[in-house]
Amino acid sequence: MKELSELNLPSNVKYHEEHEWVSQSAPFRLGISDFAQDALGALTFVELPEVGAKLVRGEEFGTLESTKSVSPLISPVNGTVKAVNEAIADNPDLVNSDPYGEGWIIEIEMAASELEAMLDVAAYKKLLEESAH
Amino acid sequence: MSSEYKVPGQSGLVLAEELLWEKGRKGRSGASIPASKVPSAKLPAGLEGPGPDWPDLAEHQVARHYTRLSTWNFGVDTGTYPLGSCTMKYNPKINEELAGLPGFAKAHPLLPSEAVQGELQIIHELERFLAEIVGLEAASLQPGAGAHGELCGMLLIAAHHRHNKQKRTKVLMPDTAHGTNPASAAMCGFSEIKVPLGPKGYLEYATVEKLMNDEVAGLMVTNPNTLGLFETELVKINEMIHRRGGLVYGDGANLNAVMGRADLGKLGIDVVHYNTHKTLSTPHGGGGPGAGPVAVGKTLTPYLPGPRVVRKEDGGYEWNEDLPLSIGRMHAFHGQFRVLVRAYAYVLTMGAMLKDASELAVLNANYVKEKLKDLYDLPFPQHCMHECVFTNALQEPGKISTLDIAKRLIDLGFHPPTIYFPLVVHSAIMIEPTETESKEELDAFIAGMRQVALEARNTPDLLREAPTRTVRRRLDDVAAARRPVLTGDMK
Repeated sequence: MKELSELNLPSNVKYHEEHEWVSQSAPFRLGISDFAQDALGALTFVELPEVGAKLVRGEEFGTLESTKSVSPLISPVNGTVKAVNEAIADNPDLVNSDPYGEGWIIEIEMAASELEAMLDVAAYKKLLEESAH
Repeated sequence: MSSEYKVPGQSGLVLAEELLWEKGRKGRSGASIPASKVPSAKLPAGLEGPGPDWPDLAEHQVARHYTRLSTWNFGVDTGTYPLGSCTMKYNPKINEELAGLPGFAKAHPLLPSEAVQGELQIIHELERFLAEIVGLEAASLQPGAGAHGELCGMLLIAAHHRHNKQKRTKVLMPDTAHGTNPASAAMCGFSEIKVPLGPKGYLEYATVEKLMNDEVAGLMVTNPNTLGLFETELVKINEMIHRRGGLVYGDGANLNAVMGRADLGKLGIDVVHYNTHKTLSTPHGGGGPGAGPVAVGKTLTPYLPGPRVVRKEDGGYEWNEDLPLSIGRMHAFHGQFRVLVRAYAYVLTMGAMLKDASELAVLNANYVKEKLKDLYDLPFPQHCMHECVFTNALQEPGKISTLDIAKRLIDLGFHPPTIYFPLVVHSAIMIEPTETESKEELDAFIAGMRQVALEARNTPDLLREAPTRTVRRRLDDVAAARRPVLTGDMK
């Protein structure tokens, strides 16, 4: 696994304790962090929600499957699924190779205030440091 | 210690083998079919086209193909196979001998019961044995696999609630549940409520109590749990579930730790399934056939699958179909009968020594745990039951993954432990030696694990490149999962 110093953690997104990110302004895209894709290992299957599905903060909306584990996708916000990235259904490796770009997972219809409960990059790094000890 | 016990992995001659498609030559055949005297006729339009691309092979080519492939394989008859959660105990050959008796092998499932009294007696007695071993009331041998047994158990719980006119739609599911548990519950129409484990790896009363309400049909619990720990608060938890109208499903995946030792009835379990391939030494894998009998307490006995074998006053056996509350059939005919004969043979062979088997399974796991805990991280240090869970945390700083450790063990001649399961432990290495390994075999495995830990420190590339002594090296499991090629023709 990557060391903390090797992780790509851009500062233009907000993070969640469950290792997802959401872009800071509309369109609000959601994906998983570099830490999450590295910890999961090569993804083999992505189960995506349907467009229009309700998202509830703290509740599962999909699954990521790698050769070593199955992990739920936990929503960091309340909102509605506006679009899903069909490309990752066929090529889940995009989530590994480009987690903040081509590997985005869903686009969300939500109020910008939903981001307030999320972490900035400094707070997320601190969380990763603490959980490493 | 390492010098005393030689690991079994040695170099030897292994024969290469091609795909069948690469061996065939047009027109070759395994049988001589007489020329047809019937004049040939054209197929109706639309049905014509090229036939399937099957290789043309002689009989000995097929025999050698599969025999060679079998020498590349590793099984419980080859060596130590400590695959956690799978109970890879040695399967005594007497099981096969008895299951192969012509009276069993040639019995037809449609024979009238007078003609199969022996078979019915085995079904009846094995049901009694399986109920007795876990301290429950009755059993059904119908389910055709462990997960099928889970489904059967959850159908019984659903039938009970339906009969009592209760609408309960949810099931409590601990973090450590096997993946089949939520799937079985979902197939019965239940949704799951996840129950997090406490910091010491146990289910905690307070957590379960908060989540239990009158929408909850029950709890699905594996005990010992998938961390190999005996759930200490289970009696209290199950009493609370029952008080609030729920029932408790016991996943029998780990029964090998508690045969004849834990009275599941007194623990408050209403239904439990057996994995005969784990606990009762019937063959693993090959895609089946398997058997996943369920044992139940008094509450659920009336709902068991039917028909059921009953003993008549004259000592003979017959089928009883008059079971008004039964959930009906779970399987065509009478389950996988000859798998059940193997389980019956095992239970009779072992008798009261089943208790000793469980005791040795637990002792062996604790022995391995104690002998390795200085070199591998042990997240839950208390006594374990039949399996112990390590991680690669001590090797991770040197960039050695759990997968590297497992692959290197293959080079040393051992089947690797289960890895990356249970999911609640990061990069888990889960070892279940079972009772059938002797002390010498355990010591050799321990020596192998210790050697790998030292290599991780001194010669880490040996691990990263492993396995180097197998016919196939590190297989691309990602590509196999993402783009599986399921036909013989690989082009």
